[in-house]
Amino acid sequence: MLRTDNLHVNYGAIKAIRGISINVPEKSIVTLIGANGAGKTTTLRAVSGIVKSSEGKIFYNDTDITGLPPHKIVAMGLSQVPEGRLIFANLTVKENLEMGAYLRKDRENIKKDLDFIFNIFPRLQERLKQSGGTLSGGEQQMLAISRALMSKPKMLLLDEPSLGIAPILVKTIFEKIVEINRTLGMTILLVEQNAHLALSIANYGYVLETGSIILEGPASELESNPDVRKAYLGEI
Amino acid sequence: MRKLQNNTKYLFITALFIILLINFLSDSINRYYYQIIIYCGINIILATSLNLINGYTGQFSLGHAGFMAIGAYVSASLSTYFAPALISLLGTGLVGKSIWFIFVLLCGGIAASVVGIIVGVPSLRLKGDYLAISTLGFSEIIRVVIQNLNFIGASQGFRGVYIYENGTRSLEMVSELSDVQYVFYEIPKYTDFFWTYLVAAVIIFSITNMIRSTYGRGFIAVKDDEVAAEAMGINTTKFKVTAFIIGAFFAGIAGGLYSHFLTYINPEDFNFLRSVEIVAMVILGGMGSTFGVVIAAIVLTLLPELLRDIQQYRMIIYALLLIIMMILRPQGLFGVRLHRKRKTNV
Ligand SMILES: Nc1ncnc2c1ncn2[C@@H]1O[C@H](COP(=O)(O)OP(=O)(O)OP(=O)(O)O)[C@@H](O)[C@H]1O
Ligand SMILES: [Mg+2]
Repeated sequence: MLRTDNLHVNYGAIKAIRGISINVPEKSIVTLIGANGAGKTTTLRAVSGIVKSSEGKIFYNDTDITGLPPHKIVAMGLSQVPEGRLIFANLTVKENLEMGAYLRKDRENIKKDLDFIFNIFPRLQERLKQSGGTLSGGEQQMLAISRALMSKPKMLLLDEPSLGIAPILVKTIFEKIVEINRTLGMTILLVEQNAHLALSIANYGYVLETGSIILEGPASELESNPDVRKAYLGEI
Repeated sequence: MRKLQNNTKYLFITALFIILLINFLSDSINRYYYQIIIYCGINIILATSLNLINGYTGQFSLGHAGFMAIGAYVSASLSTYFAPALISLLGTGLVGKSIWFIFVLLCGGIAASVVGIIVGVPSLRLKGDYLAISTLGFSEIIRVVIQNLNFIGASQGFRGVYIYENGTRSLEMVSELSDVQYVFYEIPKYTDFFWTYLVAAVIIFSITNMIRSTYGRGFIAVKDDEVAAEAMGINTTKFKVTAFIIGAFFAGIAGGLYSHFLTYINPEDFNFLRSVEIVAMVILGGMGSTFGVVIAAIVLTLLPELLRDIQQYRMIIYALLLIIMMILRPQGLFGVRLHRKRKTNV
C-alpha cells in the first residue's frame, strides 16, 4: 500500500536518512524501530510531506506522492499521529476531533465515527469540553490517535505512541492500536523506541540506525534475532 | 451552533440601531470628546484586525501601520484627484456621498490587502522574530515610498489638490495659471460615528463568527501547532496568508476612515510607533480575545488623552504597562490563559 524507494532527507548539512526503502502491505502493521536520532520521525514526516525528500520516491497505492503538500496527502487517506502528541492545546477535545475531520465532505458520517472512537477511548467522551492542553499525557495520546482517525484515513502513521506514558497505559494504547487494525482493517506504520512492544503487535519490522536500514524481517524473526535483542531489547 | 449564529445576527442588528441612534446625538457631543470617540473606533478596527494575525493565527506582524497608510493614501487620493468625476457621477446628496465613501474605503482596503499578499507570501515563510522584523521593514518601506511621492504631498503631508479648469492638478497654487479658474478639493470629512462604528461592528462580528466555525478554528490550529495542523490536512500557508489579507484589508479601511476624518495625512502618522501602539493593544487585550482587544484599544486610546501633560512619555508608559502585564497577567487583560504544551518527560 505504501512503498518508499531509496528515500533521502537532509536538514541542511545533516543527512538524517539516506536511502530508506520500506514496504507496507495493505491491512498490515509494519514497525520502524531504532535508537534516538536514527531517522524514524524523519521518515514518517517525509512520507506525509511535512519535510521534503532530497532523493528517492514515495508511492501510495502505486501513485507517486513524492513532493506533494501535506494536505493533499492527508486527503488521499494517509494520516499521521505526530510525535509528542501535537494536539491543539487551545481547542477543546471536541474541537480537536473536529479538526481531524477538517477535510471530510461526508459530514453525516462523522457522528458514527465519533461513536466508534468513544467506544475505544471512553475517557475522551467524558472530557469533550476540556481544552486539549489540560489533558494528561496518556489522554493527549488517545486524542491524537482519535483525531487522526477522524480524517477517516486508509492508513495511519503513528510516531512513538508510547512516549512518556505509564507502562500500564501504554499496554492499553497498543491494544487499541491492534483493535483499530483488526476492526477497521487499517494499515498502520508504527514508529517506536519500545522495540519489544512494537514487534509484539507488528507483522513486519525494519531496524534503523543512523539513517539507514540495517535489518528487516517478519516481526517474530526480528524479536528472536540476537543482534536486535542485544541492541534494542536490553539484553546483554 | 445554528442558534449561536442567529444570536450574533440579532446582536449585530441591535448594535446597528444603537450606532444609528448615537449618530443622531453626535451633534450635541463636545468636539474634543467626539474626536476621541472616533479614534477609539479606528483603533478598535486596527487592533481587532491585527489580532486575527497576531492573536488567533500566532504570526507576529509588526507592520500594521503600513497597511493603514496604504488605505489612508489610496482613499484620500481617490477622493481628491477624482472628486470632479465622483461629484458629476454621484452628485452631492447623502446617497451619493455614501456610495463615494464606501467606494474609496473599499479601494483603500483592497489596495492594502494586495500589498498584504505581496508582503505576506514571502514573509510568512519566516517565523517569530524574523517575521516581525520583515513586516516592520516592509511598513517602513511603504512610509519612505510615500515620503517620496510628490503627487500625494511627500513628506509635507497631503491635504487635497487644486484642480484647474484646464485640467491641471497641483498640490500648490500655480502662479502661471493665476487667471484660470480652479477649485481646491480637500479630503472630504466623511468619517463620522456611524461609519466608524459600522466598520468596527462588521469586523468584530465577522471575526467572532469566523473563529467559531470549523473553518475558523484552522487559524487557532495553525497557532497551536503547525506540524499537527499540517498533519490534519490544514493548508497552513493558506491560513496564514488569509489572516494577513483580511487583517491588511481592515487596516486599509481604518486608514481610509482616518484620512477622511482628519482631512490631512502625513507619512509620520503611520510610522513604527503606530505599529507598536496597535501591537500593544493586541498584547494588552490578550492575544486572541476579541473582547479583550476591543477594551484594550479603548483604554490605550483614552490613556494618552488623560495623561496629556506627560505626552512625551507615552511610549515609556506603554512599555511599562506591557512589562507589568507580562509579569502579572501574561494572558492579557481578558485573554484566557494559553495552554503551554506539555513536554514529554522521558
Ligand atoms: N528540524 C531538524 N533540523 C535539523 N536536524 C534535524 C531536524 N529534525 C531532526 N534532525 C536530525 O535528524 C536526525 C534524525 O532525527 P529523527 O527525529 O528522525 O530521529 P528519530 O529516529 O525519530 O529519533 P527519536 O527516537 O529520538 O524520536 C537526528 O540526528 C536529528 O538531530
Ligand atoms: Mg522521533
